Amino acid sequence: MNIERRRVLKTLFLAGTALAAPQWVFGREYGRGQGVPWEPLTGDIPYHGTLEERFFTSQERETVAAVFAILIPSDEDGPGAAEAEAVTFIDRQLAGFYGAAQHWYMKGPFPKGAATQGYQSEHPPAQLYRLGLRELDLHCEREFGVPFRRLSEDDRHSVLEGLDNEEIEFTDLSAKTFFDLMLENVIEGFFSDPIYGGNRDLIGWRYVGFPGARYDYREFVNHNGARLDLPPVGLMGRPAWVRN
Amino acid sequence: MARQLPGKDVVIIGFGWTGAIMAEQLTDAGLEVLALERGPWRDTPTHFATTFAQDELRFYWRHGMFQEASHDTVTFRNNEEQMALPMRRWGSFLPGNGVGGAGVHWNGQTFRFLPSDFVARSHNEERYGRLPEEMTVQDYGVTYDELEPHFDHFEKICGISGQAGNVNGERVEGGNPFEGMRSEHYPNPPMQMTFSQDRFMASARQLGLDPFPGPSANMSRAYTNPLGMQLAPCTYCGFCEKYGCGNYSKASPQTTIIPALMRRENFVLRTHSEVIAIEKSADGSRATGVRYVDSQGDEYVQPAEIVILAAYPLQNTRLLLLSGIGEPYDPQDGTGVVGKNYCYQVMSSVNVFYDDHYTNEFVGAGALGAVVDNYNGDNFDHSGLGFIGGGYIACWTTNTRPIESHPVPDGVPGWGSEWKQAVRENFLKTTAVGLHGASMAHRSNYLDLDPVYTDRWGRPLLRMTYDFTLNDRLLTAHITPFVEEIARGMGGREVKVNRRRGSYDSKPYQTTHNTGGTIMGESPSDSVTNRYCQSWDLPNLFITGAGLFPQNAGYNPTGTVGALAYWSANAIINTYLARPGPLVQS
Ligand SMILES: Cc1cc2nc3c(=O)[nH]c(=O)nc-3n(C[C@H](O)[C@H](O)[C@H](O)COP(=O)(O)OP(=O)(O)OC[C@H]3O[C@@H](n4cnc5c(N)ncnc54)[C@H](O)[C@@H]3O)c2cc1C
Ligand code: SF4
Repeated sequence: MNIERRRVLKTLFLAGTALAAPQWVFGREYGRGQGVPWEPLTGDIPYHGTLEERFFTSQERETVAAVFAILIPSDEDGPGAAEAEAVTFIDRQLAGFYGAAQHWYMKGPFPKGAATQGYQSEHPPAQLYRLGLRELDLHCEREFGVPFRRLSEDDRHSVLEGLDNEEIEFTDLSAKTFFDLMLENVIEGFFSDPIYGGNRDLIGWRYVGFPGARYDYREFVNHNGARLDLPPVGLMGRPAWVRN
Repeated sequence: MARQLPGKDVVIIGFGWTGAIMAEQLTDAGLEVLALERGPWRDTPTHFATTFAQDELRFYWRHGMFQEASHDTVTFRNNEEQMALPMRRWGSFLPGNGVGGAGVHWNGQTFRFLPSDFVARSHNEERYGRLPEEMTVQDYGVTYDELEPHFDHFEKICGISGQAGNVNGERVEGGNPFEGMRSEHYPNPPMQMTFSQDRFMASARQLGLDPFPGPSANMSRAYTNPLGMQLAPCTYCGFCEKYGCGNYSKASPQTTIIPALMRRENFVLRTHSEVIAIEKSADGSRATGVRYVDSQGDEYVQPAEIVILAAYPLQNTRLLLLSGIGEPYDPQDGTGVVGKNYCYQVMSSVNVFYDDHYTNEFVGAGALGAVVDNYNGDNFDHSGLGFIGGGYIACWTTNTRPIESHPVPDGVPGWGSEWKQAVRENFLKTTAVGLHGASMAHRSNYLDLDPVYTDRWGRPLLRMTYDFTLNDRLLTAHITPFVEEIARGMGGREVKVNRRRGSYDSKPYQTTHNTGGTIMGESPSDSVTNRYCQSWDLPNLFITGAGLFPQNAGYNPTGTVGALAYWSANAIINTYLARPGPLVQS
């Protein structure tokens, strides 16, 4: 490995966020009357989870999709996690820095904490999914003779309720921590900007009426309680702008 | 081996709101100033342009601009019986990182504390008798009147939009009747209120209260500040708190100070430079400079005549403890001062749900709101209530960012069809009225070094021992019913009361208003700095930030934090430089 590359790697390692923004990891000096610096090609554009990375095996993906479809169902009232492709969202997230808990403090020891102490699992999210999904299937096979994805909708519902209410416990990790993380992630996948793979065609935003990343609402400040009906716009614009 | 660097007049640790204020003032006085910031450079067009600033996942949920918890976090426990565990990811508060610090992603709700807040112990004891033994509430040592010109200056730097209530003793209609006397009006008129504020104000007036527009660092019109920085009108974009403003509309170090500072020859900033210790002279009588590490892991010693500690209250406390400056606080016998009187903010709220009206709260801004101060501070009689202090009641319209805010009425489950439908039905038709309460110092709430967990360099993390106190509980129990009464008067279908229940929980976001740990005061036996924010131990060390507050008032901190920074800078320039040494004899 040449020196330059080693140097870069060392920096990447130390900086933590480096993968997100390699151009700023070097300590730098500013000032001395030179004004605000400007350089081309430095825009700190979104990057993580916007690419086609994947983490799940096809079975895992099926199971997570089945869980998400119970948490945010598709029903008469409108689309759910399935149409939003929330599973694609979390698949990409887990393949990246989030899955590895790269920005979380993950040093041990890992005693069980009080509820007020927050996430205390030794597993970063990706690993928590991998182990949690395995335990979920083990539980379902024990109770119903089939893995989660083969359960009836009613049974899926009651299993998830069991996790949420802490009636079902796993051996190697907290079932409740796993459930809470899945719930958090499906909401993210339903409602985050579509560049991350979920909220497909702005389906989540359209469902609730969120106009998205519009940035100038001055002419609406005086709405006085009226409905506004603004079609949503994402960071990439909106589907209607794109001609097939 | 650490590399020895050439000396500077001043080294500033941390380049957020107060680091920028100090740098501006001290370079203006002709000193050679170096700021060391552990995080990256940040400017509007590069890091939060309007084409990608409104990204809820990235900036809030993936902590795009906050302190890197993987490097360094805080351990937390509710009380000494528990083992403190690391906040593995941020929740309750979000410390800033990088140029501008938390000033980049704050809301801009910019209050002045009440005159009585600065004399909380003497004022309350005079009126209500002795405070309980375990309440370690103290006076600041500086008064509102002394800070007034500095409040005024900070408001002009920021271009605060607001309505004065008391200008030179003249009561001004529509402003806060309880505020301390101000020498001038706000530099900008209040923001334009929306439906929710109109309803809130009408309801409050109906109840005989005195609502006023919240003082806001979001511009109500184009504005040029005293340093010549130009700010643009706020567009009510709804991505303000936790986000940078791509529109130059929110006062931040970037929009109000840094561009002017960057033109001065006597200012230098080094990024990715994390200070790991304040260095002392052999006899321990003064600071000689700081030791820092850059992103390559290389270590440097930077000598300086004056050291300014401006790294936010949590890091300020930790750096003093790690550097062996001042006696650490001991909760057993109440001796020691560093880490003492850690306080926070005590909140409750009431959601209002409408049927026929749309609140459209995506049309919002970080500090767009209406406020009632009748139950704040000592604005009401506390006789027989068993607590001191209070809080403001407000209806802020900051956002409807859908991952974060989708309140549903009581009785709706947390997921599934019923939840989903309730989210849809209420998403555009809800608002909230909140109580933003004071947090009084208590003997058992404090900061020290953790005995187990370490940062990436192997140094102990800061440990926080904190829970809500009896004063907090009585305070919120007394005032929340008034919040509910206002909310019920706003004409919704139903309300949902979120009372303050149970222990402090480090998970849900509450506020980034961590105070205390490096408190100011009248004597070295009960405070870390004197009234000029100068260390009692090392006279060439000055400290900024809300860590100076002996206890937290019912307001957001930054108005007072800014005023204290200008007050301290003023003392350095006008008194200390001529005769370096303690500004108060102990
Ligand atoms: C989401 C959010 C909303 C808020 N809203 C409001 C509001 O509406 N009203 C209000 O009054 N306040 C608000 N605040 C609080 C406000 O942002 C802070 O009070 C203010 O920024 C504090 O200024 P400071 O200079 O003390 O710290 P900061 O502005 O945070 O600056 C501290 C700097 O020090 C750096 N640093 C830390 N340790 C080191 C080290 N060892 N070496 C080098 N550098 C270091 C940090 O990276 C940071 O840049 C909010 C905060 C947040 C996070
Ligand atoms: S609400 Fe206003 S001040 Fe806040 S980020 Fe948007 S435009 Fe800027």
